[in-house]
Formats: sequence, structure tokens, C-alpha cells
Amino acid sequence: MSGTGIGARVQRKEDFRFITGKGQYTDDVNCYGQAHAVFLRSPHAHADIVSIKLDAARDMAGVVDIFTGDDLAADKIGGLICGWMIHSKDGSPMKAGAHPALAQGKVRYVGDHVAVVIAETQAQARDAMEKIEVDYKVLSPVVSMADAVRAGAPVLHDVAPHNIVYNWSLGDEAAADAAFATAAHVTKLDIINNRLVPNAMEPRAAVGDYNSGSGGFTLYTTSQNPHVARLVLSAFIGIAPEHKLRVIAPDVGGGFGSKIFIYAEETVCVWAAKKVGRPVKWVADRTEAFLSDAHGRDHVTHAEMALDASGKILGLRVKTRANLGAYLSTFSSCVPTYLYAPLLSGQYDIPAIYAEVDGIYTNTAPVDAYRGAGRPEATFVIERMVEVAAREMKQDPAEFRRRNFVRNFPHQTPVIMCYDAGDYDASMTKALEMADYKNIGARKAASAKKGLLRGVGFSAYIEACGIAPSAAVGSLGAGVGLWESAEVRVNPVGTVEILTGSHSHGQGHETTFAQLVSERLGISIDNVAIIHGDTDKVQMGMGTYGSRSGAVGMSALSKALDKIETKAKKVAGFVLEASPDDIEFKDGKFSVRGTDKEIDFASVALQAYIAHKFNGQELEPGLKESAFWDPTNFTFPAGVHICEVEIDPATGVTRIDRWTAVDDFGNVINPMIVEGQVHGGIAQGVGQALLEGAVYDANGQLVTASYMDYAMPRADDLPSYDVGMTQTACPSNPLGIKGCGEAGAIAAPPAVMNAITDALGHEEIAMPATPLAVWRAAQRLAPRAAAE
Amino acid sequence: MASVTLTVNGKTITRDIDPRTLLVEFLREHMRLTGTHVGCDTTQCGCCTVHVDGKALKSCTLLAVAVDGSTIMTIEGLAKGEDLHPMQAAFREYHGLQCGFCTPGMIMSAVDMVRRKGTDLDDKTIREELEGNICRCTGYHNIVKAIHYGAEAMGKAGTAAE
Ligand code: FES
Ligand code: FES
Repeated sequence: MSGTGIGARVQRKEDFRFITGKGQYTDDVNCYGQAHAVFLRSPHAHADIVSIKLDAARDMAGVVDIFTGDDLAADKIGGLICGWMIHSKDGSPMKAGAHPALAQGKVRYVGDHVAVVIAETQAQARDAMEKIEVDYKVLSPVVSMADAVRAGAPVLHDVAPHNIVYNWSLGDEAAADAAFATAAHVTKLDIINNRLVPNAMEPRAAVGDYNSGSGGFTLYTTSQNPHVARLVLSAFIGIAPEHKLRVIAPDVGGGFGSKIFIYAEETVCVWAAKKVGRPVKWVADRTEAFLSDAHGRDHVTHAEMALDASGKILGLRVKTRANLGAYLSTFSSCVPTYLYAPLLSGQYDIPAIYAEVDGIYTNTAPVDAYRGAGRPEATFVIERMVEVAAREMKQDPAEFRRRNFVRNFPHQTPVIMCYDAGDYDASMTKALEMADYKNIGARKAASAKKGLLRGVGFSAYIEACGIAPSAAVGSLGAGVGLWESAEVRVNPVGTVEILTGSHSHGQGHETTFAQLVSERLGISIDNVAIIHGDTDKVQMGMGTYGSRSGAVGMSALSKALDKIETKAKKVAGFVLEASPDDIEFKDGKFSVRGTDKEIDFASVALQAYIAHKFNGQELEPGLKESAFWDPTNFTFPAGVHICEVEIDPATGVTRIDRWTAVDDFGNVINPMIVEGQVHGGIAQGVGQALLEGAVYDANGQLVTASYMDYAMPRADDLPSYDVGMTQTACPSNPLGIKGCGEAGAIAAPPAVMNAITDALGHEEIAMPATPLAVWRAAQRLAPRAAAE
Repeated sequence: MASVTLTVNGKTITRDIDPRTLLVEFLREHMRLTGTHVGCDTTQCGCCTVHVDGKALKSCTLLAVAVDGSTIMTIEGLAKGEDLHPMQAAFREYHGLQCGFCTPGMIMSAVDMVRRKGTDLDDKTIREELEGNICRCTGYHNIVKAIHYGAEAMGKAGTAAE
């Protein structure tokens, strides 16, 4: 082993360029002769467009051109799509309204795209935008889901009466009802999962370019999945056939889901590049990001849990309304359905589960996947329910969970998923120890002495990652397969290029993928280059989301490396004059079993290319292989997080005093990077629980559209985290990897809220638990405590 | 048009610019120093932090004409060739970055923090001092660690007073 293989805490190869300011993000790309695009956005949540007058704007200095929805329609540029078909429980297909890239006669949320101004400079484009006169006939908006489904409410899309996209269900209703009929105790809870704005620090951006000589388009864009972007822009939107469209996602400054989707802006930039005959660049400012990046979460749920007298869970019924915003974004439809309800069983053996989900249109920004995507919402429901049930039954929350843990694998839940491996007791035991749970009573008493309220909260989460077996998701409505591809090019000198369909936007693939190569081929990671994010270089791939790059992307790489090894053994066999079956490959050396004849990897690579020791009929020259890996199952990372808070009832300020995370991610390639993923996920989850929330007012104006109004977690809002791991290898992929990217964001919110409600002694507090909300709850607590 | 002269990473340049040009635009567009990033343009996130006459300032809300005659240091000016500044090295060693977008601003703020607060920084001080820098990726845990050890290394290397 070269010391840079699997399991090594290797420093990241990509870091040098980032710490020296040499990263190349989309906004750093400048094409010769480029013009700048600015989008005129709707100031109204819901309005008909009566007319758009462009003359005054066209006369402004520096204006190159201005386009509206009519121009796109005239060029037969199609609308944005939603790629996952959901059927309602009556069997009818979801009711998806058209989603034009630039509005056609109607705007449906504040920030909706009305026109694009292209000018010599961004400032000139902005100046000209001010001169566009739009005559709007303002319609009443529906902002909340309750408003949207009220009888007689204004309708956003004619195809979706009552603004209902689907009424979907999962599970056996009769079986669940039967479980409730025998229950000794029923726990009920109303749960709100607050709406979030993803807020990757790099705002979305696009540079479109058109070469009239070749007829080819190039789009630089902030994407987590450039091939999927190309597929959609080509096959559905109609920009150009795939072989005439190159999509490049260079360094991308964070995604968290929000850069999976194909948005209006990149569509318009790449199309407009041909119209104006110049490259067209657009970069979002932060307020545009708030207004028009797909938001996350936004569920309203009523849940009921049936229990027997001992505290064994018998059944779960869940009814959820999911806000999908004004249009269906690329994968929005599957997030509150198939990425949500199949996780409602949590880590528990629950015999009967029934869930209903209504997807609702409102006059707000589209809602789609955000770190965790459906799984945090499910985990929040089950982990709040379990905690409350334990309290109601006067049982220790850890013991209550243990009583209900799944212990035999594989375990088929009543909601699709078949858990392949895990040891939930092991994570719980380790977490309790690391958190010093046995002394929580003493710590609570010490806090009380200072006039502070201490609470402890658990979250025993599970998620389904490694997305996903293609045929399985196809049967559930997915429009694409969710395999991944990899290509291994060994150069004649023995250095290696890896081309992967996965995309790194912070996850460190240039290091971890190289570590796998180092482990397998016995070469240093310095001799491995990871190439990704360019559809002209990399064969079709599916990109990075759903914690899939390790479990799926690296499995594809592993399969390609198997092929390299097989071929290299043949080459070595010719060189060493032995049968390939007698060749062993270890630590970067090929040897003939039982002899001292050997040759190193680099020499075999050279022999493969000079092809002097074999002829082309016996063996093809060269050493390059590719593979596609289609997973056999989802993977099931799981763990236990324990949050301990201290609340000052006088100010309502919640301080997180301790955070313990014990996660089972299966095999780990680079623990340093995995821990970093856990830290970042927890921070986003704590943000959701304590600070963040997108707020629309009654008119549909986004009140929280800047960092002055939307509270991002900052360093002094957060603790340091105590992160540990347990390991059960994942049997569903060759590397035994489960995935780690979303765990923290999934685990954290219920851990925080369980801790806060433990401290306050009652359950009704919604996220974000701001100081005001906590102070109010603490006020209600005071008289009750006094009366006791 | 307005004439502006700045010394950026040791090079003095004079340009005629639109008076509304922000310092960050001057650096990114006129000098092609794209290591300084724009994350919010409202002085909230710190991605655009540079040193102006030795002090960390946010270049997204500063007009270039307002700092006419100043000496500017950007992230590109911190390393001496391949030789990383101790704070840069600490960010790499302690995994203080993921996507790297906030990183130039974080490092420039951290170096300034050491100038003001010394080389022996406890976690509480670091977290409070990072109030003006947002990172969405790392959860700050490793940034705090990196700054702690980076500061220590600056002390040993004698770069703190620079
Ligand atoms: S870009 Fe200057 S503070 Fe955010
Ligand atoms: S590393 Fe991505 S925002 Fe900080």
C-alpha cells in the first residue's frame, strides 16, 4: 500500500488551487467578446402580463438585445421539465403545469422570469432593465398550502384544479388502521418542516457560447450533473442535439441539491448566445439566489403512532402536505413522495405504515431537493414521534428506541425499502458513551443551579443513499436511470486519468477517487488525475446528489479497475511468458505465481502501448477501460446523534453545549473528508432547527431574501462536534460504501428539537426555534413549573 | 471615468474606470484576480475579503475610487510562489475547506484576526471573530481548528506582524 489508499487521512489534492485563489468557478470563466445578461423578474406573486414595452430599454446605452417568452416560443424552445412522474392514489398522473423559461402571459411567483436584457456590461443591462415597462394585471396569490387548497382559491395552472399536483399514498391503509385498533397508546403530533433556501456560497451562474463554424454550443454552468443538464437541454428543451452541446461544470462552490436542476437562466444564456452571436454570461446576485434557486423542505404533517402497553410500535399513519411552489422543478415531484415516505420506518421494526402526501402548488419559488431531500423530512417525523411517544410512556428515549430497533437483516419495511445491513444498537451504545449520557442528570442539575434549562435530544436516523437501482426507480416513475460511469485511462508511463460521471463541488473526489486508484494499482495519488464536469471529455454520467458518488460513482470506478487489472495481467503474461491465470497483482507489481519473475505497473502500461510482446490479434494494444455500475439496492447509512442544549429562559437563547454523532457509513475511503461532510451536514441541520426559515408575506413577497433577513448559521452559532463511527459493510456494492454526504443534515433537526423540548418540558415549538420562539415557550413553562 | 491607482499584490497599476466600479470588480475584472469571490454583495458573507493597507475589508461594497492610492493584498498575493503562507497551509492540513468558495475570504480574515488578536487564539475568540464570514460547507469545525493552528504557525514563523 502506498499510504494513500483506502482509509488513509490524505490531504486533499484539490486544495492547493483553492487556498491560493486559483479555483476556476463559472464566474471566473470569461469568453472573448462576451455580453452580460440580467433577468427582469416578476415583482408580483401572481399576475397576468398584459403587455411588455421594450422600446425605452432598447435605446439604453450598451444594450445588445432583449428577449421575452415570445422569442423563446418562436424558436420552439421548450419549457423546463420535471423528470419524475408521480401517480395519485386513484392512478391518475400528476398534474404538471407548463414551466416556460421566460413567462408566457402569466407570472406565478416573485422572481419569476419575465425578460432577459443582454448588454455590454452587467451594469448597463441592469440600467436598461429598469426601463422595461410591464403592464401586470395583479391576481390574488395563494401563498400558504392552506390557502391554496381552500374552496374557490385562485388556481395557478388550469391543469391542476385546487392547486393539487397529486394525492399520493404509500403503504397498506387497512393494515395500519388495524394496528391502531389494537393500540394501548396512540401518540399524535402536528409537525411543520420549515422551508429553507439552500444557499451554496457560490451563486448560480452560466456562460453560453455558440460557434457558428461548427454549429456547436458550449455552456459553462454551476451544475452538480452536467450530463443530465445536457440531456434535458437537448432532448426536452431543444437547444441542440447532444453532440452539438457541450456542458462544462468547472469548480462549483457548493450545491446541496440546488445545482442539480435545470433552470431558466442557463437555458436562456446558451440559447441567446446564438441569437446575439456572442457569448452570454449571467451571474446571480444573492437576492436572485433567494428568489429563484429551488427551495427545500416545506411540509405540514399530522402523524399518529400506535403502541402496545410495553412501548412497542405497532403502526404509523402520516398525512403530509408538501409545498411544491409555483412550478415543478426538475426532481421536485419525487422528493416528498419516494424520497420521503419510504424512510418513515426509521431504524424501527414497524409492522404497518400508511402515508398520504398531497403535492400543492403555491405562488412561491419552486421547491426541490435540498441536502437530504425527503429523508430529513421523514426523519424529523419519525424521530420527533418516537421521542414524544417515549416521554408519554415515561420511558427513557434511548431504551425506547432500542426496544423498537430493527435487528435482523435484510429487513423489509412495509414501505418499499429493504435494509441490507446495519447495527443500530452498536451506534446507540457508542453514542451514549461518547455523550456521557449517564451523567445527564447531574449536568441538568448544574444548569438549573445557574437558572438555565438543559435538555438532551436523540436522533436515530436512517437514510437511503447510493441512488439508485435504475429499474427500481424506473418502476416508481423516474425518467432516467441512476447508474454511474467511469473510465480509466492508463498512460504509457503508468500515470492514470480517471474520467467520472460524478461531480465534485466540495466533496473532494479528486482525492478520494485517486485513493481508490492508489489502493488498487499501487501507485501514488500524485500520479492520478480525476477528470469530471465536462461532457466533451467524460462519457455519459449521472452526477452527484443523494450521497451517491462513493457508493455508485466509485463502484463504477472499481469495476473499470477490475477490467484494467484483467487486461494488464494479459499484457504481463506476454511479457513474463506465463499464462495470465498464473499472474498475481499485488502492491503495484505483477508476478508469476511461485517464481521471482515480476514487472511493475508502469512497465506493463508501457508494454501495453508499445505492443511489442504480443500481436494485435492476440490482444488489443492500449490500457483503457470503462464501466457502468447500476446499483443493486439503495444503501442505508444510519447512526445516532445526540444534542445537548442549554437554554437561558430569560433571553430564549439556545446554546448547543455538546454534539455527539455516531454514524455507520460502511467502509470509509478518507475519514478526514467523511468527518468534514458530517460537520457540514450537522451545521445545515442546526441551521434549520435554530435559525433558518424562508418567509413569504401574505402577498407572496419573500421577506427573507438577503443575509440580513435569512439567518445563516455562523461560526459562533455552532459547537464543535464529537464525531465517531461504527461500521457494517454495505453488501450492495463492491466497496462496501454507504455514503455520508447528507447524514448530518438528516440527523440534526430532530436531535435539536428533541433537546429543546426536553429542556422546556412541552412539545409545541416550531422550527426555527429562534430566541423569541424559545423565550415564549419558556414563559408558558414558568407558571406550569411553579404550579407543580 | 475616474482614474484609480492601486498597488495590488506588489504591483502598482493605474486605470480609468467607471466611478461606480466596486473594488471587487476592479480586482476580478480589470486585474483578472478571480480568487476574490462574491457570495452576497451586501457585506454579509466575507467571500470578498481582501486586505486594504493591511486591514481586512469586504471588497464587494467598497468603491475602487474610495481606496485610491491604497495597497491591496488578495489571496493570490499571500503565498510566495509554491511556499504557502502558514494560514493557507493550515487550511489544507486541517481540512478547513470543501468547495473552496468561502476559503479566500476566510484565509484573509484569519490572517487579519492574527494581526489583531495574536497568535494564541482560543475557539471562542475565533468563532466570534468569524462573525463576518459564512461557510455553507464545513460547519466551521475544521475552519476553527485551521485558524487555531495557522495562527500558532504564524507565530513560529514570525509572519504575524507582517
Ligand atoms: S460578497 Fe462581500 S461580503 Fe459577501
Ligand atoms: S468551503 Fe464551501 S462555502 Fe466554505
